[in-house]
Amino acid sequence: MSQQIEERSPLLHIEGLKKYFPVRGVFGGLGGVKGYVKAVNDISIDLYEGETYGLVGESGCGKSTAGRSILRLTEPTEGSITYNGQDILQLSGKDLQELRRDLQMVFQDPYSSLNPRKRIGKILEEPLIIQSIGDKKERIDRVMEIMEKVGMRPDHYYRFPHEFSGGQRQRFGLARALVVNPKVIICDEPVSALDVSIQSQIINLLQSLQEELNLSYLFIAHDISVVRHISDRIGVMYLGKIVEEAPTDSLFKEQLHPYTQALFSAVPLPDPKQKKERIILKGDLPSPLNPPSGCVFHTRCPFAMDICSQAEPEKKEMGKDHFVACHLYN
Amino acid sequence: MQNETLLEVSNLKTHFGSDTGFVTAVDGISFHVEEGEILGVVGESGCGKSVTAESILRLHDEKFNTMYEGEIKYKGENLLKLPLSKMENIRGNEISMIFQDPMSSLNPVYTIGNQITEALLLHQDISKKEAHNKAIELLELVGIPSPEKRITEYPHELSGGMQQRVMIAIGLACQPSLLIADEPTTALDVTIQAQILDIMLRLNKELKMGVIFITHDLGVVAEICDRVAVMYLGQIVEEARTIDLFEQPLHPYTSGLLESIPKMDGDRSKKLNVVKGSVPSLDSIPQGCRFASRCPFADELCLKEMPELRPFKDEEGSKVRCWHAEKILNERKKEHVSTD
Repeated sequence: MSQQIEERSPLLHIEGLKKYFPVRGVFGGLGGVKGYVKAVNDISIDLYEGETYGLVGESGCGKSTAGRSILRLTEPTEGSITYNGQDILQLSGKDLQELRRDLQMVFQDPYSSLNPRKRIGKILEEPLIIQSIGDKKERIDRVMEIMEKVGMRPDHYYRFPHEFSGGQRQRFGLARALVVNPKVIICDEPVSALDVSIQSQIINLLQSLQEELNLSYLFIAHDISVVRHISDRIGVMYLGKIVEEAPTDSLFKEQLHPYTQALFSAVPLPDPKQKKERIILKGDLPSPLNPPSGCVFHTRCPFAMDICSQAEPEKKEMGKDHFVACHLYN
Repeated sequence: MQNETLLEVSNLKTHFGSDTGFVTAVDGISFHVEEGEILGVVGESGCGKSVTAESILRLHDEKFNTMYEGEIKYKGENLLKLPLSKMENIRGNEISMIFQDPMSSLNPVYTIGNQITEALLLHQDISKKEAHNKAIELLELVGIPSPEKRITEYPHELSGGMQQRVMIAIGLACQPSLLIADEPTTALDVTIQAQILDIMLRLNKELKMGVIFITHDLGVVAEICDRVAVMYLGQIVEEARTIDLFEQPLHPYTSGLLESIPKMDGDRSKKLNVVKGSVPSLDSIPQGCRFASRCPFADELCLKEMPELRPFKDEEGSKVRCWHAEKILNERKKEHVSTD
C-alpha cells in the first residue's frame, strides 16, 4: 500500500505551519506584546487520500492547535496548507466556507461540543443549512441517512443531547461532520473522553466509515495504542515540532528519536508478565513561551550532546518514509 | 509469608438520596487489603469505584441523605460505627487519600508548604519548625527538585505532575498504613504518569503501606497492582491476583474489556472487540445479573437471578460473579485449541 501512496500526490499538503500566540502584559494591549507562545513551530504534514495520519504527543505539545490551524479555527501565523491546489490560508469568506464542506472536524469532548438547547436533528441539519445544500425535505432525508450510518435510530431526531451517553454523543459529533460529505476529517482526541468499552465502538465505527466513504483522517490523540491501531502513518510531536514521522509498523519496530523511545516505553501494558525497561524522563515539558535553544528536547534528553543546545537538528530520512530530527543520526 | 489484613470491607452499601428515592451507588461489595499490598479497583465511569473509596473515609456527609450499610473494619475497628471526632483521627493520619485532579484538590491560596504542614500539625505533636523540616523531607521523597525553594510556592506555580507529587506528599505526611489513590495519574501524560507510578511503587515497598489504587486503565493495573477487583454497576464482578486476571479473565465483562483495548504489538488489522450497548443507569438496575443485557453468553437464568460473588474452584483467591464462568472458560479453552 505504501507504494501506491508514493505515486499519488497528497490530498492535503501542510508546509511550515506555525502558530504563535502573543502574550501581553497585565493591561492587555497597553503593555505591548511581551513574547510569543510557540504552540506550533514549523511543522509539515502530507495527508493522502484514504489514509489516517496519527499525530501523537503529550498535552501542550501543540497537536490540537495544529489541527485547529488547518481548518483556520485559529489563524496560523505562517506556512501554507494546500488542498486541491488551493492555499487554504489565502482563502476568505465564501471560498473558505465552501472549502469546509470538504474538511470537517470532530471534537474531543462530546458534552461541550453539542449545543444543549438544540434537538439532535437541528444540530445535524445545521451544516447543510450553512452550506445551503438541498431543500428542507432533502436535508431531513440526509440527516436520517447519516444517523443510520453512525448507528443511531430515526426517533433520536427529536431528542436533546443530554438524553444520550458520551459514546452516543460522540456518534452525533461524527454524524455532524459527515453530513456534508467531507473528504478529510480532523479528529481531535475523539475517543479520549470515553470509557474503553465505548472507545472501541467509536474506533471501529471510524474505521468502517473510512472504508465505506474513502475518508482521510488526521487523527490527533495522546493514547499511543489507539493511534497505532487506527493510523497508517504517525507523527510524534514535542513542544510544537514533529520530532519523528514514520509508517506505523516501522515506528513500532524501531523508535529512533530519544523522545519517542521514552514516550513509548512509558505506556503501561495490559500484561503483567511483560516487564520492560522504562525510560523515565527527568523533569517536565519546558514552557513553549521560552523553548530551549537548538533541539527542543535537549533539556530532558538522556543522550544530549553539546551540539544539541546549539543547533536545531534537520529532518533526516533513516528508513523508507521514516524521518527523524535528531543530532544522534548525523 | 502471611501479611496481616489491614482493611476488611464486608457487604458495603452506599445509598444517596435523590428526588426520586434512594440510589444505591455501591451495592454490597466486600474485599480486603493486606499490609504492603497494592489492590487495584478497576471499572468504567459510574461503576462506583470512587464512591467505594470515599465511603471508606466516610467523605459523603451522612447529614445529607447519604446512608452507609455493612462493615468497614480497619485494624479491627468498624469505621462506619465510629463517632465523627474519632474519624478525624483516622483521616489523613491512618488512612489517607490522593484525588484524581491535583489542580482542584490543592487549595490555590495557600503555599504548598502550608498544605503539607497542616496535616502534620493536626495529627502530630510537633512544632512548626519541625513540621516545616518534615515537609521539605517529604517533598524530597516524592522527587521534587530544590524542595526548600518549592515549599514557599503556590500550586499554580507547579506543573500537573509536580502538583500530583505534592498531593502524594500530603497523603504520606503522617505515614499512613493505608493509602487510597483515586485515579492519581489519569490527568497526567504518560511520561509523567511513569514517574508517579515509579514513586508510588518505591514508597509502597519502603514504607510497607497498603494501597488501594483506583483506575480505569488496565495497563496501569498490570504494571503496579498485586490483586485486582473489577467493578461493574456498583458491584464487584471479579477479584483475582493480577497475573491470573490478565492470564485468564473469568467474567465476560473483564474479558470484554481486555479485548477491547488496542494493543501495542501484534496484528492491528483486526477490528477491536466491542462490549455492546452501554452501562444501564443506576435508577433502572436490571433484576438479574447486572451485565446480562450486554453479555454475549447471557441466558434466561442470568436475566432472572443475580449471581453471587463466589470463589472460583480452579484458582486460589479468585472470585467471580457469574453463573456460567466455568462453561465460558471451557469454551474459550476449546477455541484456543482449535485455532492453534
